Amino acid sequence: MMEYPTHSEGPFVVISLTGEVDMNYSPQARQQILAHLDGQRHVLVDLSQVSYIDSSGVASLVEGLQKAKSSNLRFGLVGASRASMLVLRLARLDRVFPLYGTLEDALGKQA
Amino acid sequence: MADARLLLRLRCAADAGQLPLLRDRIRQALAGQGEAPPEAVDSLVLAVNEACMNIIQHAYGPWQNGDILLELFRDDGGVTVRITDFADPVDWSRCRPRDLEDIRPGGLGLHLINELMDEVAFLGHPGGRGNALQMKKKWHRSQGGAA
Repeated sequence: MMEYPTHSEGPFVVISLTGEVDMNYSPQARQQILAHLDGQRHVLVDLSQVSYIDSSGVASLVEGLQKAKSSNLRFGLVGASRASMLVLRLARLDRVFPLYGTLEDALGKQA
Repeated sequence: MADARLLLRLRCAADAGQLPLLRDRIRQALAGQGEAPPEAVDSLVLAVNEACMNIIQHAYGPWQNGDILLELFRDDGGVTVRITDFADPVDWSRCRPRDLEDIRPGGLGLHLINELMDEVAFLGHPGGRGNALQMKKKWHRSQGGAA
């Protein structure tokens, strides 16, 4: 199974999801998000290269947000692509996640 | 659907690995329909994906194997999709979208389908077995990019 690229940025781990985050790839996204939160890291998920995401992909993000809240860690979404914004809006989750246009926005506001 | 024209008929295993193929085939079938607004294509692809995920996860579940039959029809008003499975009959009256105020992972599929499609109808159990769902996305020739 492919692994999504990650890098450290200030206090955050940035996980960059790419391509089609569907039922085949959302378990990998979920596993990486939860692993970094388990390691007590703040997490940003970069959605700028996501060409398609379905409810299973969004469920991985919701699980990350909930785990972050219960662990007193920060969790946000960066650069939501058109495809990801469509699903977030329809699921009314655009009001639930911290959303940032760019990584700089996220770092500036969260620092 | 007396005046409907069949654009696509595809039968495949109800397996997550088939979902990219299903999405691609829908996009290809609609690419030949020059006036299809991109938003309508995205909506159809996502709604079919969500319906097929429900079939894989809930109708067949982990213990049954079977197929999904996807049929796409074009008419003047837009596109109608019929998705049929061959699993045990599902009690549609118990399939309801969950409350979105209850923020939790999962359970969004039916809500997305209802939001994305203009019409959604459960057609029952063709031949006494399986389940058929029909969904319609409307658009007009003059609509351009605004689905």
